[in-house]
Amino acid sequence: MQGTSVRWRLAWIFPLGGLLFTSGCGVIGGKIASTSDPAGDQARHIWNLFVVPVWWLTVAVFLLVTVWMLLNIIRFRRKPGDTRIPPQVHGNTRLEIAWTLIPAIILALIAIPSTRLIFELNRDPGQESNALRVEVIGHQWWWEFRYPEYGIVTAGDLHVVVDRPVVLTITSQDVIHSFWPPRLAGKVDAIPGRHNTMVFTPEETGVFYGQCAELCGAQHAHMQFRVVVETQEDFDAWVAKHQRPVPQPAAGTLAAQGKELFEGSAGCAGCHSVDPRYDPTTTPINKTLMIGPNLAYFPERHTLAAFLPNTPENLHQWIANTEQVKPYSTMAEKWWKIRAQQNMLLTDDQVNAIVAYLESLR
Amino acid sequence: MAEAALRLEQAGYRRSALVEWLTTVDHKKIGILYYWTSIVYLLLAGFLALLMRIQLAQPDMNFLGPKTYNEVMTMHGTMMIFAVAMPLNAAFFNIAVPLMIGARDVAFPRLNAFSYWSFLFGSLLMWSSFLFGHAPDAGWFGYANLSSSRLYSAGPGLDFWDLGLQVLGISSIAGALNFFVTIVNMRAPGMSLMRMPVYVWMVLVTAVLILLAFPSLTVGLFMIMFDRYFDTNFFNPLHGGDPVIWQHLFWIFGHPEVYILVLPPMGIISEILPTFSRKPLFGAPFVIFAGIAIAFLSFFVWAHHMFTVGLGPVPNALFAASTMMIGIPTGVKVFNWLATMWGGSIDFKAPMKFASAAVWLLMMGGVTGVMHATVPLDYQQQDSYFIVAHFHYIIFGVIVMALLGATYYWFPKMYGRLLDERLGTVHFWLTFLAMNLTFFPMHFVGLDGMPRRYFTYSAETGWGTWNLVITIGAFILGLSQLVLLVNVVKTMRQPANAPADPWDGRTLEWTIPSPPPAYNFAVIPTVRGRDAYWIEKYGDGHHTVTDTTQRRHVSVNRDNPGHGLPAGVHLPKPSWWPMIVSAGLTAMAAGMIMHGTETLGPLGFPVVGIGAFVVFFGLLGWHFEPAIEHAEHEQAHVHH
Repeated sequence: MQGTSVRWRLAWIFPLGGLLFTSGCGVIGGKIASTSDPAGDQARHIWNLFVVPVWWLTVAVFLLVTVWMLLNIIRFRRKPGDTRIPPQVHGNTRLEIAWTLIPAIILALIAIPSTRLIFELNRDPGQESNALRVEVIGHQWWWEFRYPEYGIVTAGDLHVVVDRPVVLTITSQDVIHSFWPPRLAGKVDAIPGRHNTMVFTPEETGVFYGQCAELCGAQHAHMQFRVVVETQEDFDAWVAKHQRPVPQPAAGTLAAQGKELFEGSAGCAGCHSVDPRYDPTTTPINKTLMIGPNLAYFPERHTLAAFLPNTPENLHQWIANTEQVKPYSTMAEKWWKIRAQQNMLLTDDQVNAIVAYLESLR
Repeated sequence: MAEAALRLEQAGYRRSALVEWLTTVDHKKIGILYYWTSIVYLLLAGFLALLMRIQLAQPDMNFLGPKTYNEVMTMHGTMMIFAVAMPLNAAFFNIAVPLMIGARDVAFPRLNAFSYWSFLFGSLLMWSSFLFGHAPDAGWFGYANLSSSRLYSAGPGLDFWDLGLQVLGISSIAGALNFFVTIVNMRAPGMSLMRMPVYVWMVLVTAVLILLAFPSLTVGLFMIMFDRYFDTNFFNPLHGGDPVIWQHLFWIFGHPEVYILVLPPMGIISEILPTFSRKPLFGAPFVIFAGIAIAFLSFFVWAHHMFTVGLGPVPNALFAASTMMIGIPTGVKVFNWLATMWGGSIDFKAPMKFASAAVWLLMMGGVTGVMHATVPLDYQQQDSYFIVAHFHYIIFGVIVMALLGATYYWFPKMYGRLLDERLGTVHFWLTFLAMNLTFFPMHFVGLDGMPRRYFTYSAETGWGTWNLVITIGAFILGLSQLVLLVNVVKTMRQPANAPADPWDGRTLEWTIPSPPPAYNFAVIPTVRGRDAYWIEKYGDGHHTVTDTTQRRHVSVNRDNPGHGLPAGVHLPKPSWWPMIVSAGLTAMAAGMIMHGTETLGPLGFPVVGIGAFVVFFGLLGWHFEPAIEHAEHEQAHVHH
């Protein structure tokens, strides 16, 4: 009996592992980037394929190997002093054929729906469809979105329409990035010199989290975006607004001082435009518009610096202490550090003025 | 004869221990050098992992900055692959393969030493990057154009990576060539290919994989070097280059590399399971051919690392199919291992614990591999922690676990001592539990959308809880490895009195004393079957005994006193040249790195020139140095 208890004592980890394995269903989901909570057709197709058949076949393989291993451990453990030599079995051709075929069948069961979905997800709905076409351009470390049909450009927030297919043409202006909105779709790499396509249809309105998924330098972790999925009416209003120039601050206000600084001595306008309009015929996807993100209607954005919640306090921090907030960023390296060396950092009042100006761009 | 042997022995004793290790060409000593270098690196690269785990334990931590994190992450991956997993495998090639095929050394003993010294110097060169404050930071697969353009990776960090890997690549190719020739040419009489132990088979297949796969990496590394130093535009899209070319070159190497790492551990499992089950390996020819099939297929699956690159649905579907096909031979191996244990008389000594756990962990890492091969799932899982979970189950769960098992298994052949069994049990359970605690929750955060290579994350992502669990697991895992070190220290204080055959082994290394004499086999054995030693002890199919007490007394090589050289045995002479040539090569690499810096730039090419000079004259010296002392050689014949 001593032998049996030892066996059981050593074997408990295997069922525990199994429990942990299956408990995976309960512990994931409900988070802003959960692939298990799809809100778009691509993410939904992918999650469905994950559950059926892949997950259940995985459980089957897991149980087969785990139970067999447990049986081996429990039944065939050598008893102390046992000098018996078991029958020297060298193999069995029928079994070999069987366990060559079993994995082959399991893999075929996965490969067939998988291959079908590969082609389905890749299908461009075509020019005559009502699909929304957006150009996505990765930069170190922020995302630019251009709407060539409407001649408008924005950054950080991608606006799309619920239940309307969106076709993204994705590229990069520096190194390789990867565009990933986990609840809406999988990821597609943004590669300089190449134009990749992603097609999906958002199925819920809301603001969805997105991020860069390919190591692209120091601030790879701070290259988020949001996908704003809205109704056609809201989207039309957003487009119409962006086809107009931003409002001018009233003379004598703090915002007006900020505008002067922005366009003048603070040097912001060297890299940032506040005009949301551009000409897609002269600026195709592979041409740069401006070095920094377009800041038109900036207060409507969900993030700033591609990771911070867009609040005036954060904006102040970002302009006043760029190097601390996001080191290695272009603004830290090419603007803040250089001004710090020249002892030309903005005063607190100047930063307040610029913040007031940017906050006025509603 | 006795006179010559005595002189050689005396000559040996006159050298100091240090000189002996520096000039050794004995595969057993080189194996030990490989082993301890890799173990030290395992602890160092594991320490880097713990630094990362502190940074990721909670959201918005400020322990490592973004650049430092990327350096630590890159060096962890690069070192674990090239300076731990590969050389730890090479350690056991050296320790076990010549003994298992009944050979007195490898085919090219000095080339073997050259492989080791190139590995040591090349890896030290890469580690030294931390001292200069510029460690590589573009990830272990160094994607262009982040890695190839000084605009995006300023400083010498990526030069350390590029040049260091070139030196390590030379080491690997030399080692692979050596073991390929050794296994093909130096097997004992009677050991036909199908009588060769499965581990030796897997080493042979691995050698072929290295020889075919590494050139692709070398070409890519040269292209990065040219882009960085000589303003070529291989990977520069602004001038017609394409960074995706690097990904093809890297993964045509990189996927076979995975099997370069895992096939030898699969061979180790195939040796340990039969030994401790008292049964031959079930379906051995199928296990061997499954290994060959995996190696063959591994050259046709590289683009499964690139499903999100936008190659198009047809390439994605084809590479998915070829990748899934690898699941079939892998399944065949797992089932054959399970069938080997089935019906056996299993003694769960430390090596067996590690090996059987590795079988189960291979299934755990294998099923997620099939998920990644399912292209649409990979669109979500690629570059997420789900992938990190998957490959750690393979690299730690299979490769490291099997190599730890091999440590307990072959320690008597390294040092003539048996590691403590109780400490081995503690080491196993701590490692097994902690590795699951560390790597299993990575599946959860991966499915919840956490990308790999993030130096931090915000609280709103909800990834904090599992990351804390992972960090706790990682620390337990790291500390658990100290048990092995304690065990080694404790064991080394005891006398070297391990028996020749402590596990009732099945292969030739157990026919000779522990540790083996310098010449390994006083008499080269004749092999009558795959389990060469087992057949001698217990008979083959016709005369099988059913109890170990009926063991036949086998005198082959067992009663050799181990003093002096037996008749007709000539050992290769120790040599300084392999180390000198390696040092010259590494100096060339270092000079190239200096050339890329602002402060040391003018010194760069002179140092390259000095290194080239040392390599050239080192090779001349190597060429003209007699491999075997002539006088003793002739004398031995005269007395014979």
